[in-house]
Amino acid sequence: MPRFEPVLLKRIDKPNSAALAGYRADGGYTALKKALAMAPDDVTNLVKDSGLRGRGGAGFSAGAKWSFLPKNHPGPIYLCVNADESEPGTFNNRILMEQDPHQLLEGIAIACHAIRSNAAYIYLRYEYGRSYRVLDAAIKECYAAGLLGENILGTGFKLDVRLHRGAGAYICGEETGLIESLEGKRAWPRIKPPYPAIEGLFRKPTIVNNVETLCCVTHILTRGVEWFKSMGVPPDPNNKRDQGSYGPKLYCISGHVNKPCCVELPLGVMARELIDVHGGGVWKGRKAKAVVPGGISMGFLSANELDTKLDFEGPGKVGCLGLGTAAVVVIDDQTSMVDVLYNCCRFMSHESCGQCTPCREGTAWMTKILERIRTGRGKLEDIDLLYEVANSMGIIPGTTICGLADGAAWPVKNAVTKFRGEFEEYIRSGRSSITPAQQLMAAH
Amino acid sequence: MAVLTEEIRNRIRAEFPKYPNRRAVTLPALHIVHEAQRAVSPEAMKEIAELLELHPAEVADTMSFYGFFRTPDRPLGTKRVWVCRSLSCMLRGGEELLADLTKRLNSNVGGTTADGNVTLEFAECLGACEQAPCILVNDECHGNQTQDSVLKLIENK
Ligand SMILES: Cc1cc2nc3c(=O)[nH]c(=O)nc-3n(C[C@H](O)[C@H](O)[C@H](O)COP(=O)(O)O)c2cc1C
Ligand code: SF4
Ligand code: FES
Repeated sequence: MPRFEPVLLKRIDKPNSAALAGYRADGGYTALKKALAMAPDDVTNLVKDSGLRGRGGAGFSAGAKWSFLPKNHPGPIYLCVNADESEPGTFNNRILMEQDPHQLLEGIAIACHAIRSNAAYIYLRYEYGRSYRVLDAAIKECYAAGLLGENILGTGFKLDVRLHRGAGAYICGEETGLIESLEGKRAWPRIKPPYPAIEGLFRKPTIVNNVETLCCVTHILTRGVEWFKSMGVPPDPNNKRDQGSYGPKLYCISGHVNKPCCVELPLGVMARELIDVHGGGVWKGRKAKAVVPGGISMGFLSANELDTKLDFEGPGKVGCLGLGTAAVVVIDDQTSMVDVLYNCCRFMSHESCGQCTPCREGTAWMTKILERIRTGRGKLEDIDLLYEVANSMGIIPGTTICGLADGAAWPVKNAVTKFRGEFEEYIRSGRSSITPAQQLMAAH
Repeated sequence: MAVLTEEIRNRIRAEFPKYPNRRAVTLPALHIVHEAQRAVSPEAMKEIAELLELHPAEVADTMSFYGFFRTPDRPLGTKRVWVCRSLSCMLRGGEELLADLTKRLNSNVGGTTADGNVTLEFAECLGACEQAPCILVNDECHGNQTQDSVLKLIENK
């Protein structure tokens, strides 16, 4: 198989990859020029035809989302760029922003033309200070070069891009939590409908897209639909709901591998290939016990499921929630799944916004039950109790406002199903494996 | 006496044109004040509210949602150090790093050293998991840390 030539990451190793001059020398902003010569709806249709699905976690068709905006709206219409990237295991947006900010800014400008928006906000998590400074400089370069502001490239198109920094809350990544936070309120996700395309930021029609999604848009304009669809996995003809998984994808690999990294590959690579080839294999000569397929919210693959294709459909076929952010975290065979699951539950409990009782209480209780198991005081019934709590929270059972609860439930459901024996053995042994460091953290 | 200096007020006012209403300036304003004063006091909240034409309770409500902001009873030290405890970092020693730092700095998690120099906190995933274990010093991330490297890093920042 020929080595895949990266597109999204193509420029990241260049010296000064973030500077406008280099970006333009490499053909940058010609995609925008091309887009501005097209009617907005034609750009939307092109993106729709490419099959581009959102890279932020939900995998919704980008072009379809754009076409849900009301027609002939007097405006304003907003674009919110979701740069809150906080799903544990995920770091591809950070690399895109730090190393090649103009690729993103060009995608933003194209998207804004398509959706008839003159104002975009980049909601950036506070922890990404470096991204903030790089983007801030890149935006200033654009204003100076006539690529942002009034009359862009002499076409009359006007666009302002503003950077907005978050304040350390995972829930600001949920699109309506993001909107509430941007409006200056607590980041409580909204009840949908109405969806943001109808009523979003400042109660106006709004599109929320992930950083990587918008970076893909730039290349769809220059290289075309055929190119985009030449990569990835076409829809399964036996599954009417499968829209296919096209295009390049940034896979993050971390945890117990020799070479943690971010790698760009056509959608649909096997988890095993990511670990063994791109991640340099499991560290210390060990074997993988479990693998997170797309950020902790998606649950776990067991060692027998490593030949799962990481496209939008693959993880669901083995009981995971989905592809999520395609962030793979490898857990070796010397690690306790009790500790791993406790870590996931503690995260979700810490990050639940507290609006919905099943999520607020459920995440807290699952964490407490795991704490009990971890300190040698667990009972065998706790395993079924964990499953029951997990099974009753989330959008899927219809008990919560947002998907954080599903993402909290899934690792629990997967772990107690796929690793039940380990949980039973742990509880029966009555041991407490908790280390002093874990003890300290348990207090928080 | 006003607690917000004219310089701080001007920086907050400079945010107004970026948004269609002033309420959206709440987070930017809180960041500006918090960064300069290492906490946001009730008086500061009141003055922010006046600038943004809000009720102080609205500013307080928003601020309290984000565990990020400190009140004057536990202000930040000169440097804010966050140690990541989420999964990828935990798998590569993040929790041990944090536990060790509490001893070496003689500070508990969330606390500040006696000289007011370092505030030590845990963080959830910092988005740099390929460099686990990671820490954040103020808003710059540093990866591949060991118990010794982290101390040197804090001293030199
Ligand atoms: C709890 C939660 C956290 C989320 N965090 C993020 C995030 O950090 N970044 C992101 O792009 N999408 C995140 N999403 C998904 C967004 O709600 C939304 O689907 C996405 O930004 C849409 O962009 P896309 O269609 O380009 O993927 C999150 C969703 C949930 C439920
Ligand atoms: S599901 Fe959880 S995070 Fe989402 S709105 Fe409800 S309480 Fe908040
Ligand atoms: S888990 Fe620590 S940076 Fe992601």
